[in-house]
Amino acid sequence: MSSYRIQGATGDWEVVIGLEVHAQVISNAKLFSGASTEFGAEPNAQVSLVDAAMPGMLPTINGECVRQAVRTGLALGAQINKFSVFDRKNYFYADLPQGYQISQFKHPVVGEGTVTLDLEGGVSKGVGVERIHLEQDAGKSMHDQHPQFTYVDLNRSGVALMEIVSMPDMRSPDEAGAYLTKLRTILRYIGTCDGNMEQGSMRADVNVSVRKPGDPLGTRCEIKNVNSIRFVRQAIEVEARRQVDIIEAGGTIDQETRLFDPNKGETRSMRSKEEAHDYRYFPDPDLLPLEFDDAFIEAARESLPELPDEKKARFMEALGLNDYNASVLVAEKESSEFFETLVEALAKATKKDAAHIALKASNWLTGDLFGALNKAGKTIATSPVSAEQGAELLALVEDGTISGRIAKDVFEVMFETGKGAGSIVEEKGLKQVSDTGAIEAIIDEVIAANPGQLEQYRAGKDKLLGFFVGQVMKATQGKANPGVVNSLLKPKLDG
Amino acid sequence: MSDLTKLKIAEARDLLAKGELTARELTEAHIAAVEAADTLNAYIEKTPEIALKQADAADARIKAGDAASMTGIPVGIKDLFATKGVHTQACSHILDGFKPEYESTVTQNLWDDGAVMLGKLNMDEFAMGSSNETSYYGPVKNPWRAEGSNADFVPGGSSGGSVASVAGYAAMGATASDTGGSIRQPAAFTGTFGIKPTYGRCSRYGMVAFASSLDQAGTITRDVRDGAIMLESIAGFDPKDSTSVDIPVPNFEAALTGDIRGMKIGIPQEYHLAGMPGEIEALWHQGIEWVKAAGAEVVDINLPHTKYALPTYYIVAPAEASSNLARYDGVRYGLREAPENGALDEMYETTRAEGFGDEVKRRIMIGTYVLSAGYYDAYYLKAQKVRQLIADDFKRAFEKVDAILTPTAPSAAFAFGEKSDDPLAMYLNDVFTVPASLAGLPGSSIPAGLSANGLPLGLQVLGKAWDEETVLRVSGVIEEAAVFTSQPELWWR
Amino acid sequence: MSNIDKATVAKIARLARIKIEDQKLEPLAGELNNILGWVEQLSEVNTDNIEPMSSVVDAKLRWREDVVSDGDKADSVLKNAPNAEYGFFAVPKVIE
Repeated sequence: MSSYRIQGATGDWEVVIGLEVHAQVISNAKLFSGASTEFGAEPNAQVSLVDAAMPGMLPTINGECVRQAVRTGLALGAQINKFSVFDRKNYFYADLPQGYQISQFKHPVVGEGTVTLDLEGGVSKGVGVERIHLEQDAGKSMHDQHPQFTYVDLNRSGVALMEIVSMPDMRSPDEAGAYLTKLRTILRYIGTCDGNMEQGSMRADVNVSVRKPGDPLGTRCEIKNVNSIRFVRQAIEVEARRQVDIIEAGGTIDQETRLFDPNKGETRSMRSKEEAHDYRYFPDPDLLPLEFDDAFIEAARESLPELPDEKKARFMEALGLNDYNASVLVAEKESSEFFETLVEALAKATKKDAAHIALKASNWLTGDLFGALNKAGKTIATSPVSAEQGAELLALVEDGTISGRIAKDVFEVMFETGKGAGSIVEEKGLKQVSDTGAIEAIIDEVIAANPGQLEQYRAGKDKLLGFFVGQVMKATQGKANPGVVNSLLKPKLDG
Repeated sequence: MSDLTKLKIAEARDLLAKGELTARELTEAHIAAVEAADTLNAYIEKTPEIALKQADAADARIKAGDAASMTGIPVGIKDLFATKGVHTQACSHILDGFKPEYESTVTQNLWDDGAVMLGKLNMDEFAMGSSNETSYYGPVKNPWRAEGSNADFVPGGSSGGSVASVAGYAAMGATASDTGGSIRQPAAFTGTFGIKPTYGRCSRYGMVAFASSLDQAGTITRDVRDGAIMLESIAGFDPKDSTSVDIPVPNFEAALTGDIRGMKIGIPQEYHLAGMPGEIEALWHQGIEWVKAAGAEVVDINLPHTKYALPTYYIVAPAEASSNLARYDGVRYGLREAPENGALDEMYETTRAEGFGDEVKRRIMIGTYVLSAGYYDAYYLKAQKVRQLIADDFKRAFEKVDAILTPTAPSAAFAFGEKSDDPLAMYLNDVFTVPASLAGLPGSSIPAGLSANGLPLGLQVLGKAWDEETVLRVSGVIEEAAVFTSQPELWWR
Repeated sequence: MSNIDKATVAKIARLARIKIEDQKLEPLAGELNNILGWVEQLSEVNTDNIEPMSSVVDAKLRWREDVVSDGDKADSVLKNAPNAEYGFFAVPKVIE
């Protein structure tokens, strides 16, 4: 695979990328209060007096948020710190009621780990995770509701976030995209974050710098709060180009915070907002250090489901799938679950070994069903055809009741109507004809009706075999078993 | 009956139980005393209606045979404690008009025991001060006056209203809070008994925060027994405070056996300050003689890092305060001062400039500085290391002794304005109280004598963590030996 | 060690969001230097290999169960607000 390079006037430049992902932890209640984390409530309805930072209110930690952070760390093969500390990050903002965010600075709950990227052509690459720490989300400011006022809603205030900080290990927009995709897949598999970037439950800060290949790291800029994978890729491209242009024009890069504007396709400085930022981190004296034991970590480990990389390996080794199909199937938890149900049901229906029918099932799923879903703008979760229904269809092909050709038609009807394959075949009389007597009679009719073609065939035009097969299939409306047709037709034609 | 406001809590409890006194009578007498004590400026909010309602409920409860020790006892509440629907401002302008929608755990515990609230008590703004001169509501006057003089003295701080109300017979007891000495120093200045329990013994839930790692609630009463009774009521584990510790509260009153025979009492040599007034040294010496006479063994001990306690405190406390007080921003409650067409930041800056007094601003500035980039290690981190050394000093000392005896303050009460222009001179008032605060240890101040000009002086007893019982027992013995029967003239009535 | 000048006081005041009149910066610098000069005696203490105190109580952080037990009290939350509209806190416009 060729490396991603920015072409500049002075030669090629390499891009160095690190990502800080803020992932909202799946929990019922907030990190330090008993208020709900659900989306979409009336303003300030999911706010406790703790979240509103009333005088004398104190934080108490939600154990589930700790468990979720530890599970995430374990899923990334990371070091789990049995001792960690909550610090206060001090700054003023209207949607930050305490005047500080409770976060973890010096001693995060999770240390170094790895995310393995699946790149094109079956190449994989490990990207280092530096740390994961727990922190509070802020509230929401709305600037466009009133000419003089900003409105503040504290419903999000205090919801638990995991900040997952990568090493500067990525070298192209594709790698950054693959990292986010993979991270999101893992978080969804283990159920620690819903990964919904549109709703803001997963957001990325992107650190970008450029250098000549082999040179030391350049000065980086941080692009804040990018809320889709597509924008992350675009932001990296334009930011890297901007930095190259500056350096090549003799300038230097200021380390600063920038904002990506997807409409204009540019990043711009947020320096005004950053002015005099000095967060004055210190351990939160309202909380004691966070401690847990090995048994807690082991219980968290045991609660983890099979992870995407493990699942992919199993699909390839135990079920004989190719790398491409396996990757596609494990990319979403729902697809992999659909596939496993499909294989299980099909194996049961055909009384065949899973390994025997898995490839066919994966081809149908990644080809026919995904294609139809794509076309209809649906997802696997909203698929009109269930895994059990898919298995019924494939079982009909497998036992020779219908041909593969007819199966495609039946699938179309299933997709439209949600009906079962068996009843469609029954209703429309699509059962494959394997009765040699009936097929022989039709073959005789076809041969009799096409004396000219028969003559040509016998004169050596072998290709006309296909013509006769087509005619027989047409006459049976596709229901004739193609194997039987072939075996009967040839001797008759050959005379 | 004679003046009901002169009753002690224990005495009133017994009279109430016997039916010789009603909570209503007791409360009415106190409401009148509160009214008559306006000159002291101890109360900044009076709640007679609430008091009478609670008194009637207390009478019903006593009648039903369901009384606790504090049932029907009229008390004052330091303005630091959130009281639902009632003025709670930590005596700061920035909390202008704030009436919380919640009750602090400490006060809730009192109400659950049937106590009666007379009102909210004056204090130094956000508990930052040692003379009650930083209150937005003006200073509190010490009920005590020097012999042959009409000059006013400070009551000490920050719990100035608490001690003045109790010393001035306008409450039978008062809640207070101690961050660096705010219970013990004012108790010493007013001839009252103050006790600060172990950090984590009383919940901080609903207590306006000054320095979270140091703040601890306690009580002011007229004697040791009353202190034991009231402390037992306010103390206890609270899941709403992560620093509250789940340890059962003993029967503190039962600890007052009067028997300290064989107990080892430590005398820290580093507390002999150069230039300390002779009468303080003499009082301390007297205290040593008293505990010896009661059969205790007196042992010289060393607390080598004592000298560094105050500077450590004046880094740690302002650092925490600078962060704790960031929530006062004019957005969700309290004062808002916004210039016409000003931006959000201007609102913050103006509100906080108008809302905080000079001492609070000074401490926020210091705290902000010591936490800022480039200074954190040199100041804050260094201070937390020294703080550990100070705690270790005590730990080692308590391997050898059961309690420590020292003076409470380096002087008697001083005049208004005497130290308010010199922050450092003011800070030095807490020289004997701050070390135990840094170590989270329980401590008390017992009225033990009078200065040459007739003002009260106190002795301090410090104990091991969670051993308030020994502190109370030794305090009781000193109280008995001191026979402190002096009372302020009721000049304000 | 510390020598806080007028500009530093202005910077700290800005960080702390406290407006301080220009003519008060100089005297405040003096006061702060006085206090900081005094606390700097801590540098005499040898703290090599000493862990900073992380908590004065010898206890572990307790954990809450993950149940929704609070909220649904917008009225209480907004009750003391200097300005609240349509269930929101209203503050002077933030210019982004």
